[in-house]
Amino acid sequence: MLSLALGRSRSTGGEREARAALMLRALIGLLLVVSVLSLGTGAAGLNLADLAHAAIKGELSTRDQVILWNIRLPRLAMGLLIGAALAVSGALMQGLFRNPLADPGIVGVGAGAGLGAVLAIVVGGLLPAGIAVHFGGQLVPLAAFLGGWGATLLLYRLATRGGHTSVANMLLAGIALGALAGAFTGILVYLADDKQLRDLTFWSMGSLAGAGWGKLATALPLILPVLLFSPLMARGLNALALGEAQAAHLGIEVERLKQLIILGVAAATGAAVAVAGGIGFIGIVVPHLLRISTGPNHRYLLPNAALLGASLLVGADMIARTIVAPAELPIGIVTAVLGAPVFLWILMRRQGLVGI
Amino acid sequence: MMRGVNALRAGLALALSVALTAPAGAEDAKRVVTLGGSVTEIAVALGAGDLLVARDSTSNYPAAIAALPDVGYIRALSPEGVLSVAPDLILAEADAGPPAAVDVLTAAGVPFLRMPGDPTPAGVVDKIKAVAEALGRDAEGEALATNVQAGLTEAEARAAAVTDKKRVLFVLSLQGGRVMAGGEGSSAEGIIALAGGINAATGFQGYKQMTDEAVLAAAPDLILIMDREGDLAIGNADVMAHPTLSQTPAAQAGAIVRMDGMMLLGFGPRTPDAARALYDALYPQAG
Repeated sequence: MLSLALGRSRSTGGEREARAALMLRALIGLLLVVSVLSLGTGAAGLNLADLAHAAIKGELSTRDQVILWNIRLPRLAMGLLIGAALAVSGALMQGLFRNPLADPGIVGVGAGAGLGAVLAIVVGGLLPAGIAVHFGGQLVPLAAFLGGWGATLLLYRLATRGGHTSVANMLLAGIALGALAGAFTGILVYLADDKQLRDLTFWSMGSLAGAGWGKLATALPLILPVLLFSPLMARGLNALALGEAQAAHLGIEVERLKQLIILGVAAATGAAVAVAGGIGFIGIVVPHLLRISTGPNHRYLLPNAALLGASLLVGADMIARTIVAPAELPIGIVTAVLGAPVFLWILMRRQGLVGI
Repeated sequence: MMRGVNALRAGLALALSVALTAPAGAEDAKRVVTLGGSVTEIAVALGAGDLLVARDSTSNYPAAIAALPDVGYIRALSPEGVLSVAPDLILAEADAGPPAAVDVLTAAGVPFLRMPGDPTPAGVVDKIKAVAEALGRDAEGEALATNVQAGLTEAEARAAAVTDKKRVLFVLSLQGGRVMAGGEGSSAEGIIALAGGINAATGFQGYKQMTDEAVLAAAPDLILIMDREGDLAIGNADVMAHPTLSQTPAAQAGAIVRMDGMMLLGFGPRTPDAARALYDALYPQAG
């Protein structure tokens, strides 16, 4: 149907490989620069010079300590983790579905997580006070994660017959399930009061504002293993680009690969959406930018996507939290406003290369 | 004379106990951030306006407050943004958040005080007293609370005296010709009752869209609209051009009233004024 891997290539495989390896190093550099900048950027005006000064003299006021340790550091860590999770999940999905438009939304994570979050925001208030207090601010993230995870499992079940998962069935069932989740979400939105509606709006636009060590500790065990093990999927995805039958002939356990990727993506994006709300765009655009510049070899694509996704989200967050200071913009707005034109520009320049 | 000495003694005792028990910085706060329109309004009414260094996006009265930095929407606060204005006291409405942001602010050593107060007449008085206490302005708070309480009592008495109550429809928005009205339990219903009217929109909770037939059946004698600018503004022409609203008794009699949203629905110090204004519009002959 679509041939990402075999896109008309102007450069030879060897050249591309060298470029991709170079890109890996460049992206590590970018990540370090963006991370340091992020620690020195914020509404409170504690900048890099102040931090360097404090590091040398070894003293920082209580307020500045809180800003550094309780606000900027967890926020940086969360941005890195979620940016990487979204970009890698996107790359995995596109590889698995052999479709450049695939993103985690296709396996129902987005719709399921959205329904979970809306349910928690609107109906959460009706829970017995004891339960509500016990979960506190964790109710929405928990519900979003369960919703995303549950939707994916359901979809996987629907598309699997006799040990074989039909990718096409999964795509179509995903659309139907998404519409159903959207309708239930609509009912809840109708029932919501003004405050809940505003909460919903803010949730759907995503934010790293609530980042803290606690949230990080919740998301890390779900996201980090997926990031670490994703390079192991590279060989399988490269083979899969030739087609399922061909991949099987090359000795790839295709069904196992599908299972691992789908569950991994559900865990990583489910956790990302749960702690940061809906941040679109990164999962689609980052893998594309990399594929256009350094080719579709997943060996490089997956680590590069993690690095670029992390850098982009941290960069976008720097803008989100300073541009309207002391207030802040939802980060989903920033990623879309900045990323979409860049993406369009690159598409226009390199038209045809994606080979859709 | 004896009374003066007693007052002095009580004052001293109070000051001592406050010094011993109050959270650090709360009583002599110099840089205050208020979160929530009614809290800001009360702080200004208590004469603490020049202590304020920032506000949230729901605080828009009095007009001078708009010059202060805006730390964003009250339920989506950015902790670093709030800290950047270097506050030594934060006064917030009950629903300020998210919890993670509040935790960080507390960790930074800034007293974060949540004010009580339901959107009801009794809640207004509670809130005034709490804000006054947090700002160390008990005397001003007492005076304002007494004043507002008197206004509320008067409004309630006035409302109770109305024998033939008129029906009021509060229209929140008219986007795409759909009537979004304030139903049962909404703050709009609260203020309508306090002004001696009856909420014409019944059968649903909160703010919801009403079908055209229900609007006709509601048969309001007066249409109440928030006075605002931009897309959501509703002009008299919009009401008169609306196929069903224009057929209501209110539109036919030209009884359309516009009022500042925060004054009308905010349940703050201006609530008695809002009730009075709405009452006068409903029952002009009662004067």
